[in-house]
Amino acid sequence: MSVWTIVLAVFLGVSAGMLSGLFGVGGGILFVPTLVALGLGQLEAQGTSLLAILPTVVAGTLTQRHYGNLRVRSAVVVGLASVIGVEVSARLVTHVPEHLLRKLFGLLLFVVAAQLAVRTSRHRPRYPESP
Amino acid sequence: MRLVAIGLAAGVFSAFFGVGGGIVAVPLLILGAAFPERVATATSLMAISITATAGVIVFALRGQVDVGYAALVGVPAAVGALGGAALQQRIRTSTLTYGFAALLTALGVWLLVT
Repeated sequence: MSVWTIVLAVFLGVSAGMLSGLFGVGGGILFVPTLVALGLGQLEAQGTSLLAILPTVVAGTLTQRHYGNLRVRSAVVVGLASVIGVEVSARLVTHVPEHLLRKLFGLLLFVVAAQLAVRTSRHRPRYPESP
Repeated sequence: MRLVAIGLAAGVFSAFFGVGGGIVAVPLLILGAAFPERVATATSLMAISITATAGVIVFALRGQVDVGYAALVGVPAAVGALGGAALQQRIRTSTLTYGFAALLTALGVWLLVT
């Protein structure tokens, strides 16, 4: 692995973390393409992304709890329900060819980019007050 | 009940794309469960920790998790997450968001053309 690759990985990692803290996402949307760029296969990149998400969301959750924004009970309900979805989907995804999955992920990036832009343009002063 | 449906949707999305599911959970919490935006963001993050743990277990059992690479991107991201949450409380973030949108678009183009 070259120095350039490591620099790129760290840059995209920090970006993913910031995106995570700002928008309540795990950062996987940036991890997956980064890991693909580093040479992992699409499915391996996705599995590895899920692991990389963990320290990120733990850090984010602790900070948000400190700011008093967290609803623990709701989070547990959503989280536990999601496990069922994960079980189903993790089985399903192995039947999708990796090159197709990669293209679908590319399209997903466009959708998320549009979503971010729309969310931001709708309420311009998004964070006017500090709690 | 709505929260269960939101969780299911987020979980399906998460394992299919290797993401946390926050992309679907946050808008659904805001639009479907009337959560204020910041509360939705925070709650989504905690829910993702459960979702991603389940996903990691499934993928790891198939040998599709690389711990070294996960640390390479995950550790800088944890630092970035602390910075991001602090930034969220302090500054207007529209410029940063458009930057992210541009970055995601560029990566999307790359995945599609290569």
